[in-house]
Amino acid sequence: VSRAKPEDDEYWNSSKFKAFTFDDDDDEFSRLKESKRAVNSILVDDDDDEEEEDGVERVSWSGEPVGSVQSFPYSLLLSLLSVLHLDAHQFLFVCRHLLVGEGNRLHDLSPEETVRRMQKGRAFSLEKFRSLQDKLLLLDEAVAVYDGNLITAVLIYLKKSLSKEILFRELMARDVALRHYVHYLKEMGEQKLLVELMKALGRTEDMALMQYKEHLNIKDEGQRRDFLKSCLGLPFSQDDATHVQDHYTLLERQIIIEADAEIFKKFPRKASILNMPIITTLYYSCFYHYGESEGTYSSPENIRKTFRISEKQYILTALGARAKLKSWFDVDSLFNTKNWLGYTKKRSPIGFHRVVDILQKNSAPVNVLQEYVNLIDSPELKLSVALKYKCHDIVINTYRDLKDRQELVVYREKLERDSPEYRKIQELLNNVQIRWKN
Amino acid sequence: MLISYQKKNKKKHHHLISSQLHSSLQKELLQFLLECCVGAAEPFYHPRRPHEVFLNPFCRPACQHRCKTRSASSQVYSAVQSVVGSLHMAHTEWKDAPGLPDFSLLKRLARDQLIFLLEQLPGKKDLFIDADLMSPLDRIANVTILKQHEVDKLYKVELKPIVSSSDQLCFLIRPRIQTVKWISDLVNADKVAGRFRRYKIIFTPQKFYACETVLEEQGVYGDVTTDEWNFYILPLDDDILSLELPEFFRDNFLEGDQRWVTTAGSALRLLQSVYGSFSKVYGIGRCAKMVYESWRELMEDGEQRTRQPEFAKVFLVDRDVDFVTPLCSQVVYEGLVDDLFRIKCGSVEFGPDVTSSDKSIKVMLNSQDKVFSEIRNEHFSNVFGFLSQKAKNLQTAYDKRRGMDIQQMKAFVADELKGLKQEHRLLSLHIGASESMMKKKTKQDFQELLKTEHSLLEGFEIRECITYIEEHINRQVSMIDSLRLLCLLSITENGLLSKDYRSLKAQYLQSYGIEHLLTFANLRQLGLLEEQQAGETLTVMESKVGKLVNDKTVGKLTDAFSSLAKKSNFRALSKRLALVPKSGEEYDLRVPRDMAYVFSGAYIPLSCKLIEQVLERDGWTGMEEVTRMLNGQEFAVTGGSSSSEARSKTDAQRIVLVMFLGGCTFSEISALRFLGKERGCRFIVVTTAITNSSRLLEALLDNSA
Repeated sequence: VSRAKPEDDEYWNSSKFKAFTFDDDDDEFSRLKESKRAVNSILVDDDDDEEEEDGVERVSWSGEPVGSVQSFPYSLLLSLLSVLHLDAHQFLFVCRHLLVGEGNRLHDLSPEETVRRMQKGRAFSLEKFRSLQDKLLLLDEAVAVYDGNLITAVLIYLKKSLSKEILFRELMARDVALRHYVHYLKEMGEQKLLVELMKALGRTEDMALMQYKEHLNIKDEGQRRDFLKSCLGLPFSQDDATHVQDHYTLLERQIIIEADAEIFKKFPRKASILNMPIITTLYYSCFYHYGESEGTYSSPENIRKTFRISEKQYILTALGARAKLKSWFDVDSLFNTKNWLGYTKKRSPIGFHRVVDILQKNSAPVNVLQEYVNLIDSPELKLSVALKYKCHDIVINTYRDLKDRQELVVYREKLERDSPEYRKIQELLNNVQIRWKN
Repeated sequence: MLISYQKKNKKKHHHLISSQLHSSLQKELLQFLLECCVGAAEPFYHPRRPHEVFLNPFCRPACQHRCKTRSASSQVYSAVQSVVGSLHMAHTEWKDAPGLPDFSLLKRLARDQLIFLLEQLPGKKDLFIDADLMSPLDRIANVTILKQHEVDKLYKVELKPIVSSSDQLCFLIRPRIQTVKWISDLVNADKVAGRFRRYKIIFTPQKFYACETVLEEQGVYGDVTTDEWNFYILPLDDDILSLELPEFFRDNFLEGDQRWVTTAGSALRLLQSVYGSFSKVYGIGRCAKMVYESWRELMEDGEQRTRQPEFAKVFLVDRDVDFVTPLCSQVVYEGLVDDLFRIKCGSVEFGPDVTSSDKSIKVMLNSQDKVFSEIRNEHFSNVFGFLSQKAKNLQTAYDKRRGMDIQQMKAFVADELKGLKQEHRLLSLHIGASESMMKKKTKQDFQELLKTEHSLLEGFEIRECITYIEEHINRQVSMIDSLRLLCLLSITENGLLSKDYRSLKAQYLQSYGIEHLLTFANLRQLGLLEEQQAGETLTVMESKVGKLVNDKTVGKLTDAFSSLAKKSNFRALSKRLALVPKSGEEYDLRVPRDMAYVFSGAYIPLSCKLIEQVLERDGWTGMEEVTRMLNGQEFAVTGGSSSSEARSKTDAQRIVLVMFLGGCTFSEISALRFLGKERGCRFIVVTTAITNSSRLLEALLDNSA
């Protein structure tokens, strides 16, 4: 290997050819006509050899290609050099003309050949594709080799060299290319053009969403609100139009609620309500503005009505907020319903086991918890919830009702000796009037 | 390894050389072999073109002969290929299960190319690295290596103004327009400030024209020069190779941008040139087809390899062929760790809750970890038992010390103690992780969640599932989980009823933010979350249109409509392929009977089932109905590998390479490992990235700038 080293370095790094300058005099040129012709004829079928040599363009820090004869096999040049008896000076001249030849040659390539060169990362030129037909052939060729990088490269050229009306029209029939173009415009942040494109394609819903998306880039909430307002007229689908309307209303409300910050002196809060989801806003309102009259923007009732929040959702949120504040009274009244006779009864659109979960997570006292565990309909579920949250009375009563002596014995062992629950089980087990099933 | 091999096979290679080579080249090859022998060889590949690994340095002297003896040069090439190939194979012992090729070679190739690139930039320089390249880079070259090549300071690319006093800045980045724009801004700011620096961008794994155009448009082309680091594949483990391109999924499947198709093709070509060609290629999916075509083209450009293949079969599969599997909760240990702690580039960070100290620990999770390698594929319910048994064994091993005399004790400390301590450490880590996972899962009512998932897979009690999902949304618990359940519902049910779709979407937007409108649009486009198209509407539309225009247009329109209503057909597929075992049957998770164990016996991953079926049938014959339901795009090609005749029954035939385009989950990897054990073959997974439900869905969110 060491033997090969010096040659390697010269091969890869030398840039002396490029740096050399010389006079371009006719005399020398005529002397070299022959060699140029020879060289050009070699270039015609150079594809195989080229592959080894110029697959990549070598550049140093300064960006200059290292080894300026890119497309030409070095070894071939060496042999040429010896055959034609050229010195370094003349040799450079050949090189330069080679490069010129190369340039011309690039202009004669078919769309197919050009795309192949692009694929291999070689020098290429798109400028010669001037007629619309040629441009489209080029695009179709890029699409045919499945290479997204090339498709985009061609599209960038078409974008520069075709009016957008024509480009849009042609893209309409070319789905793959169209998607690449849309993605490219997205990445480049060319929002305006993108919107025009969508419009031209008749994809109005996509266009509306694309415009709506812009709000994410607006930091100032006032400006954001105004922008959302301007979105209201966009051609969204019917459902989405409602949602966008909600979005605008929500932010408008949030700005008003936020301005009224008096209340936080009492309960310092962690974060601003701006740009939070509707349910978070509702939670916040249940937390800080509970009981306000429906007329105020910040009241839970108002938010519930404005955003058509389901009863289930409302109860869940209000329950969370009031339980967090340990207002068990409020929690209680959430589920109270009076029938026409004036009796109150507890009803819930969500399962009471779920209610218990939420209360427990907010460390409700056992007596509160027990009340709701008792409201669970299914006996099995009731028992498992009671077991999970250690509502001893309920567990014991359930086993008693099931006449399950064995389970009671087992449960007793889990309790502290001489605790009231323990004694209760003890009493039950000693009660001779109960007819145990086991 | 090299040396021992060399002794064994010297004769054979001498023979090879003399029979194949031009005499003037013989000497060089001999010298090369000699150097291999004494272990003094330089990296023997072409640094700029890593897929032609064994050309260099050997090929350079050979290049000089090329003009007269081009054929000789390719003879050298293939001879070297086979020499190195057998060198490399020599250490793999074939027993019952075929051994796996040594993928560390890929790391070495990547490292050497990176060093080569750095050496092209003389002098001290600051290196800016894309955030998501840092871990992969760390697996390839550590800081010391970078420092040795005059990298002064290392920075993470943050798209903010930089503080660097260096005169040379090098940027190691993925080819992204945003990053290139940021660099252009830096350069222009320097220009305004009258500051002169040199700038180099190294794109990996390749550059894109669009990025270079940005440089041009910003007026810094030339001020900034560019290069490529063809780091295509990172081996994450013995049987997992990753392209580490998570953006592949969104770019390809959502945006319809095929920029990574060639990259995937190049990765396959790299594998092929290092490890040998493939005799059979199967695949399904639009992208798979394109990758195969692109790869084939690359192969045609390259020279014919005649080496014995190390894996003969390749299976390419698009992620969108099977969205159900990555949307399910993972319950196999490795998958669960990934779901809860996020494994990044084969390593995980365990927080204080796992380590039971105040520090976090980063742990590599791979086959080197003896504890992990035994539990990674186990269903989580078995892991505790296993770990406690392991702990008992460890105790017994420690206890051996008692009653030892001095000599025995000395031997114990010297031979065993270190290993035991290492095992001890790993064991306590994994026990800690298991505990922490248990806690997290109990907290989020995991059982109920799993029950819902299983009902969806089975198509059972759908109304209850919808209620559960609704409540999940109402409670504002995990935004991603809610979305995941919605998607699972939609795919398994071929879309949601209009009424349900609207109501669930409205509630979702209320709970998690209205900007998720954009997310829903994305999911709809991808077919992950759709509204059912009522059958009547379609026909009414068709007949109306039919009156207005001629038949040909109607045909087209109908096509358009049907593509709009493209169905996942999960239920039918599941029935046809028996993906969901009959309910009521007991499934012993300790003794898995099929791949369904990775989902508690409730579901066999569709992707893996397809692979199993196709390998069994050696093609798609008899699966026409299945492929039709998967929207076609299947293929099976017998490769041009000439070596297939005599060696078709070798071990290599039992190694199957599966490439997932758009990501694969650890559950799928576990399922394939299981399948491999059952069938006496080994699977090597090549994936564009490791994915899971969160990563998959996060890639589709559009709720922030």
